[in-house]
Amino acid sequence: MLTAGEQSKTNTWEPRIVAFFCNWCTYTAADLAGVSRLRHAPNARIIRVMCSGRVDPQFILDAFSKGADGVLLGGCHPGDCHYMEGNYKALRRMRLLKRMLKDMGIEEHRFRLEWISASEGERIKTVINEMTEQVRTLGPLGLPKKFEEWDTEMEVLERTVNGKEEAVHA
Amino acid sequence: MPEKPKVTFYWCASCGGCEESVVDLAENILDVVAAVDIVMWPVAMDFKKKDVEAMEDKSILVSMINGAIRTSEQEEMAKLMRRKSQLVIAYGSCAHLGGIPGLANQFQREEILQYIFEESPSTVNPQKTRPERKVMTNGNAVTLPNFFNVVRALDQVIDVDYYLPGCPPTPKLLKQALDALLSGNLPEKGTVLAPDIALCDECPKKDTKPSDLKFTEFKRPHLVQIDSATCLLAQGIVCMGPATRGGCEGVCISGNMPCTGCFGPTSRVKDQGAKILSALASQVEAKDEKGIDATLATIPDPVGTFYRYGLPISLLRRKNF
Repeated sequence: MLTAGEQSKTNTWEPRIVAFFCNWCTYTAADLAGVSRLRHAPNARIIRVMCSGRVDPQFILDAFSKGADGVLLGGCHPGDCHYMEGNYKALRRMRLLKRMLKDMGIEEHRFRLEWISASEGERIKTVINEMTEQVRTLGPLGLPKKFEEWDTEMEVLERTVNGKEEAVHA
Repeated sequence: MPEKPKVTFYWCASCGGCEESVVDLAENILDVVAAVDIVMWPVAMDFKKKDVEAMEDKSILVSMINGAIRTSEQEEMAKLMRRKSQLVIAYGSCAHLGGIPGLANQFQREEILQYIFEESPSTVNPQKTRPERKVMTNGNAVTLPNFFNVVRALDQVIDVDYYLPGCPPTPKLLKQALDALLSGNLPEKGTVLAPDIALCDECPKKDTKPSDLKFTEFKRPHLVQIDSATCLLAQGIVCMGPATRGGCEGVCISGNMPCTGCFGPTSRVKDQGAKILSALASQVEAKDEKGIDATLATIPDPVGTFYRYGLPISLLRRKNF
């Protein structure tokens, strides 16, 4: 897997997907995929959390704002949550978050919620491969770079005031 | 007699309510005027930019700047005040969080200009005339500032020492802030000058908030008869109290209106909108997608509701185009 620095050196972009997997089902499924030697795209960075209900919508926005091209959240199937209700809480939050992300101009396929039980190693492979391809088609989200670009509109003033150039207005 | 500390008030992208709130100090304003020397306050006094430019750097004790930064003129003035002042206070929601003007971060600059100058219902402009950025008149150039594509909170443009939250800040908080400044008894840099705990903690209806809410529908406040004795969330009304810093003493709640979030989040929260989204959505009663969506559909505008004052400082900052 390439780091951001290496990517910019080689100039080839690879989708970066942050994946929050619950300890009891989806992370165990990812382990199973590993010991079963299933091959899948190397684009998901997995973060183990105790429950999908622990994933604050702030984590997802933070991942996007720090450069993720996609975010995947994996939890236990409805009825199977180790903490009884956590995955329902996750589902409710993510239904609204999905709408809000759309309103904020982040494409639908960049965020995905999946129920994957501990025995579904095969499903890990399918979901990660599918999502990687979907995000690849969408291209980079690149929010950190966009934040920098947005702020160049203020450098104009620095130049005109400090450099005594005549103000050039668009 | 020793020289009195110099103070400025400045107004950027905001409605003017923050200027009003200074006058809301009522008779206390006389003590303030007696204790300080106001050297710039465009809304009330006739000092010019060149008067401030002529002052020595750091010769002003404190500049209270309200409003978001929307144009290059506001940026320039904010930077000038920063250079001339020892302390800068972001005064009110717009300077603190981006405020109501920050909702424009859902649109592109061109969309806004087109709507304002061509499409709004009250506009008659068949020639589609737009203001010229630079006009020559009698040999003099008259220019307009640049209208930015992104609305910013004050600390996204200059270094800010303290934040006085609120739309507008209450006279009590302003009085406390002025007392702290004049006595030199200052908190740590970067402090928001209000309690660091959610509004629910000081809410007059706190005792009636159930531990589990079970929303089946979110109701708009103008469409229901509100029971003034009961927690607004328990009545199905979107109240931002759980994700908003206290300190206003529940002025809106006491008037039977829900909190809309003007004090911004507490220090433990990065993104106020995501936090209230999480708090409300997780307590929807339905467990299936269809039922959940039906309940959540009664929040028609999540961005405008949850980021009413804080879109520019949110994690995503603006709509992505």
